[in-house]
Amino acid sequence: MQPKTTKAQIRKKPKSGLFRLREDIPSGLYSALGFIIPAVLIFLWWLVTYLGLVKPLFLPSPVAVLAEGWRQVTEGILFADASVSFYRITIGWLAATVVAVPIGILMGNFRIIEGSLGPLISTMRYMPVVALIPLSILWAGIGDAQKILILFLGTFFQQALMIMDNVKNIDMNLIRAGQTLGFSNSEILRRVILPAASPGIWDTFRITIGWTWTYLVVAELVAASDGLGRRIMDAQRYLATDTILFGTLFIGVLGLLTDYAFNKSGLRFFRWNSDKR
Amino acid sequence: MTNNTTMPRIKVDAVGKIFDSGTQAVQAIKHIDLDVHENEFVSIVGTSGCGKSTLLNMIGGLDEPTSGDILIDGVSVDGPGRNRGFVFQSYSLFEWMTVQGNIRFALEKSNFSKAEKDELVAHFVQAVGLSGFENSYPKQLSGGMRQRVAIARALVYKPSILLMDEPFGALDAQTRGMMQELLLKVWEDHKVTVLFVTHDVDEAIFLADRVVVLCSSPGLVKRTIDIELERPRNFDIVTTAQFGEYKRDIMADIREETLKVMAMEKHDER
Ligand SMILES: Nc1ncnc2c1ncn2[C@@H]1O[C@H](COP(=O)(O)OP(=O)(O)O)[C@@H](O)[C@H]1O
Ligand SMILES: [Mg+2]
Repeated sequence: MQPKTTKAQIRKKPKSGLFRLREDIPSGLYSALGFIIPAVLIFLWWLVTYLGLVKPLFLPSPVAVLAEGWRQVTEGILFADASVSFYRITIGWLAATVVAVPIGILMGNFRIIEGSLGPLISTMRYMPVVALIPLSILWAGIGDAQKILILFLGTFFQQALMIMDNVKNIDMNLIRAGQTLGFSNSEILRRVILPAASPGIWDTFRITIGWTWTYLVVAELVAASDGLGRRIMDAQRYLATDTILFGTLFIGVLGLLTDYAFNKSGLRFFRWNSDKR
Repeated sequence: MTNNTTMPRIKVDAVGKIFDSGTQAVQAIKHIDLDVHENEFVSIVGTSGCGKSTLLNMIGGLDEPTSGDILIDGVSVDGPGRNRGFVFQSYSLFEWMTVQGNIRFALEKSNFSKAEKDELVAHFVQAVGLSGFENSYPKQLSGGMRQRVAIARALVYKPSILLMDEPFGALDAQTRGMMQELLLKVWEDHKVTVLFVTHDVDEAIFLADRVVVLCSSPGLVKRTIDIELERPRNFDIVTTAQFGEYKRDIMADIREETLKVMAMEKHDER
């Protein structure tokens, strides 16, 4: 026999819950979780080191890592490292972007250019950038140019392909509308395709600058005397695990801030793209 | 309504279209002859994939026929031109421009003075019932309102022909009914020749002077039916016996075509 389902039972089904597919949860809870989870992890980390379960060499305590950070702040190292790294990231990413935007836009609109460059760029993006360090030194010396070149190589290929996709994703009928209104190809490129793709392109900027950050250590691997990545590599030599952890976390935080800045400014620049009434 | 003594506004003359990608060729249209006269309202219906959009795109100059010719006022079509306005099914508005901005953008290539442009924009905002929304962005509008902007944008530069490719296809039934009445009013007030593609038979009959039924793959004209319902029309007309008769005839044609396609697909599977 089938169990009887009464109305009361049906009503009992939870109408609210935190694990409904795609449904919203209270926004306060959502933001709080972003802090709570890392806090729990840091607490566990502290607990493990406090109880002496792991040797400090393998995992220094959060306090030791913070102390290392404080040392770097007071000695002025952190600011010096961060500014030189920030400069390299900015220039490397900008250089990649300045080339990737036109190339991506052209590839997205002209099949002949996509056909010419697409396969090449798709192959190059799998290229292991670390392996190119020796060549990059031969080409660009051991100064900042070499670091910027590495950051460029790590960013450019992916970025060009993503911008191509951003451009392709716009509705073909927008282009057709421009044509029926009498605009020329170059006018349509500038005044229809570019603005229509711009929120997507901005999002690509946000994502790719994150990738540029991840290439920082690679860029400062060789022939660098300063920079956040350099500091981490040096620490490796002396097994200064607190320095390694602090440097890594600090790069993470800077990456997060960059992401946030792009996100917020995107919402401002592209207000028309929000469907809030 | 057809007037054979004057030159047709649109003449589709033995047009065929083959899409050839190099590896594979699709015959979208086999052979279509069609005359549309000044200020006539013609609906094109047919099963999906029978070449309706392809035909409209070619008349709009967005695509070229592989055989035959398309003439507008006796002149062969060579690319898009400002004697034609186009409304697409997808809401193809420029989302970074306001309602007003979208409509004004369409006037950029016109020789009107600034004052005339202002007046035209204001006139068409009002004609499509968007007063008060001039400065809204498309994302803030409902689907019906967006298509009204698209209609205003396609008419503001005074083309003599309006091409519409399933413009109300994405709207809910109530909104669609209102948009149809609005379109008829705009058409009566502004006198343009309209070529209206739809797969909704009621819509085709309600709007048109003439309904053209296309054969499914490859495109051919199966039948043309003159719709002799009086104008101005309102929505009550769909309940009349005459409307019912037109509908029955057209549905029968389309059903026959659909069955043909299904039989062909079955055949392909074997
Ligand atoms: N750009 C294209 N390349 C190849 N085939 C196409 C292209 N556009 C349309 N077709 C084909 O032509 C036929 C007619 O398409 P279409 O005109 O869009 O039909 P409808 O608008 O009546 O649904 C379909 O078989 C479609 O697959
Ligand atoms: Mg279509």
